[in-house]
Amino acid sequence: MTAPAQHVTLAAETSTGGLLLWVVLPYVCLAVFVLGHIWRYRYDKFGWTTRSSQLYERRLLRIGSPLFHFGILVVLLGHIGGLVIPKSWTEAAGISEHVYHIGAVFLGTIAGVCTLGGLTILIYRRRTVGPVFSATTRNDKAMYVSLTLTIALGLAATVAANTVGGGYDYRETISPWFRSVFYFQPDPDLMTGAPVLFQLHALSALLLFAAWPFTRLVHMLTAPVGYLTRPYVVYRSRDTHLGARAPRRGWERSGT
Amino acid sequence: MRVMAQMAMVMNLDKCIGCHTCSVTCKQAWTNRTGVEYVWFNNVETRPGQGYPRRYEDQDTWQGGWELNKRGRLALKAGGRFKKLAQIFSNPKLPALDDYYEPWTYDYETLTNAPLQNHTPVARPKSLITGKDMKISWSANWDDNLGGAPEHGDKDVLLSQVSEKIKFEFEQTFMFYLPRICEHCLNPSCAASCPSGAIYKREEDGIVLVDQDRCRGWRMCVTGCPYKKVYFNHRTGKAEKCTFCFPRVEVGLPTVCSETCVGRLRYIGLVLYDADRVLEAASTPDDTDLYEAQRGVFLDPNDPAVVREAENAGIPRDWVEAAQRSPVHALINTYKVALPLHPEYRTMPMVWYVPPLSPVVDAVRDTGQDAEDHRNLFAAVDALRIPVDYLAQLFTAGDPAPVDAVLRRLAAMRAYMRDINLGREPDARIPEAVGMGEEQMYDMYRLLALAKYDERYVIPPAHAEQAHSLEELATVCSLDYDGGPGMGGSGPFGESSGGAAPLAVENFHALRHRQTSDTAATPTDKARRVNLFNWDGKGRPPGLFPNEPSGGGNGTGGNGDGKDEPKP
Ligand code: HEM
Ligand code: SF4
Ligand code: SF4
Repeated sequence: MTAPAQHVTLAAETSTGGLLLWVVLPYVCLAVFVLGHIWRYRYDKFGWTTRSSQLYERRLLRIGSPLFHFGILVVLLGHIGGLVIPKSWTEAAGISEHVYHIGAVFLGTIAGVCTLGGLTILIYRRRTVGPVFSATTRNDKAMYVSLTLTIALGLAATVAANTVGGGYDYRETISPWFRSVFYFQPDPDLMTGAPVLFQLHALSALLLFAAWPFTRLVHMLTAPVGYLTRPYVVYRSRDTHLGARAPRRGWERSGT
Repeated sequence: MRVMAQMAMVMNLDKCIGCHTCSVTCKQAWTNRTGVEYVWFNNVETRPGQGYPRRYEDQDTWQGGWELNKRGRLALKAGGRFKKLAQIFSNPKLPALDDYYEPWTYDYETLTNAPLQNHTPVARPKSLITGKDMKISWSANWDDNLGGAPEHGDKDVLLSQVSEKIKFEFEQTFMFYLPRICEHCLNPSCAASCPSGAIYKREEDGIVLVDQDRCRGWRMCVTGCPYKKVYFNHRTGKAEKCTFCFPRVEVGLPTVCSETCVGRLRYIGLVLYDADRVLEAASTPDDTDLYEAQRGVFLDPNDPAVVREAENAGIPRDWVEAAQRSPVHALINTYKVALPLHPEYRTMPMVWYVPPLSPVVDAVRDTGQDAEDHRNLFAAVDALRIPVDYLAQLFTAGDPAPVDAVLRRLAAMRAYMRDINLGREPDARIPEAVGMGEEQMYDMYRLLALAKYDERYVIPPAHAEQAHSLEELATVCSLDYDGGPGMGGSGPFGESSGGAAPLAVENFHALRHRQTSDTAATPTDKARRVNLFNWDGKGRPPGLFPNEPSGGGNGTGGNGDGKDEPKP
């Protein structure tokens, strides 16, 4: 967190509001995201689960959950494509802005509609199916509000830009800002000029990421890709001190 | 040859009286928590019956276990790695709570709270899932003792595979109990189905466990296990399964279900097997050959070559000796009376069963014939196709020959021992007719019928314990004196000095103490502490509440004069 401090002088021209929103907040959220996950992994492995509710209800989940998850994964890939890969690279690869835009709007709309549709089914299910509702914690509710808000704002920003504004090229402003955060050269001015819906979408996403490690969403980070390569049956040696015999004094297990 | 040791169990079904003590004590020990109300690590099914969860044996629906794919290779029936991951967001083959049952409690409070009225107040059933009133319509043993068989009997999965149609008519029917725990398979499909690799098989004793810190709630193991012995804790979002009571077994105590079994029908012991041959045996092309294939994986612990290899594999000497004395090995391989449950699932299950002779004996007795005579019994084994076919569906993938052979041995034992018990000359032709010697038959009788505690359970303690005390003879801090922490008491410096005692040891001593002491709840050796787990609610043992402060002052802002009445 030394980088933003370096930039305080540089960014003196921008308003303090812009500085707070587009320099301080992103770093704070990023730090909370990373450190939060480390903390949660160290101290709450037992709580690190999808908390599947399929045992209670499967008909709605059967439709809603795959719809939402496949949608959100495409959206995630889309964001990586749009935010991380610079425009110059895609152009060098021969993809014009126009083609890119059509592709992004087409794929993005399908994925966005799937995500939102899936999410609607999931939330409807959460609220109306008795056992699922009683297994919903306050944390879950806050998570759903934040998640829905972020997705809805993102979709609204895109729709508004494409229907009313005739398209907004976020790859000129938002994407460079996003990357600038990661090179530790944050440039808040790039963001202050963006349409307000995009700004709100980015802000809600930042807050969602800050909350991420403390919600059930942590399950994403342990997506079981290792399953594809590991042997089917896992053998492990007995944990010598579990149950067999009291640990020697001074060698008790810590609370991990 | 790669020798591995497996802790295994055999249950002698003739002795099961269906009392459910095993289920209840297991539940008290392991699953009396929220989230696992519906979970029975041990359950007892009446057969014929649907089992728990309902119709779990119908693998066309539930897709549990392994199958041979088109190329003859072993594959998970519910689909391999890619298919699992593609279906992870919603598992299409997961039993719902309806397939188990909706757990409930009763609203006992109304019994004490209800105002004075003409009618006796009623404790209504309340769902433990929704908290609302509910109508009880099923449970873990709803079809106990063939209850509801005219209505539900034909839903038994195996009956559709038995050649002759069974009618649930009182004179024709047969039944027996089938207690089930996790099979601690040699080739566990639950572990193979777990995307995060949280389910593992212990190298030392083969017990299959779920690492609660690694389970991420992908709930694929529930589908993977064909016996449906992995359960999903709906509160914690993690899978749980039978642990073979590993904290007890590690210190040489039998599992809770075995220890408390009223019929004393459970046997626990080691089996040595060749891990290199497991895959090959599980891939045996013909389902009906799987029983023999699995027996072929087991090694003879008395064979010097096996003993040598076992030592090379790091299996301690006392474990090899325990394997030689193992009742499980004897019942499976020496007397050949134990059979695996559903070998066709290809998981190589390690809880085996001595099939019940009682349906045959009962049928003979009902005809008025002598039900102890081996000729009558042999003839009945041949004639009574329904029970034999049914048992074959359970234990040998439908091949009646091994079941016939086992039942004949049991019948022979019955007839042979009757002569001895009546003081008559024993007839050596009876054991001979089933390929056994007289002495062997007597030994089998001793193991099956007398079933002494130390012959039923040959459980070598986990070796770390001995290694520790052997290597640290000089340094071991000798707290294992009578009443010391190693024996469930306190250390030399009073309460909580000297570190924690292992839970199993503490409970074992506490229980023994309770069973042998005069007062129900007052430990004589503990001046100040009451173990609430062992307090049965009788009386008010000193130490349950802190001593009342002398003088009138109390901290609750009372008026300070006189004592407060204790509130219930
Ligand atoms: C590739 C990574 C992911 C995997 C493998 C995965 C898997 C799962 C699974 C198995 C469930 C439990 C469904 C159930 O049985 O109830 C679940 C629930 C959920 N996941 Fe994911 N997920 C992933 C990524 C994500 C992402 C990126 C998000 C959100 C941004 C997300 C949000 C959720 C939510 C909100 C639920 C709860 C659904 C409900 O019951 O209402 N997941 N996920
Ligand atoms: S019986 Fe036990 S070890 Fe075998 S697959 Fe099922 S849960 Fe796993
Ligand atoms: S305790 Fe023993 S006799 Fe009773 S049901 Fe269980 S296995 Fe059968």
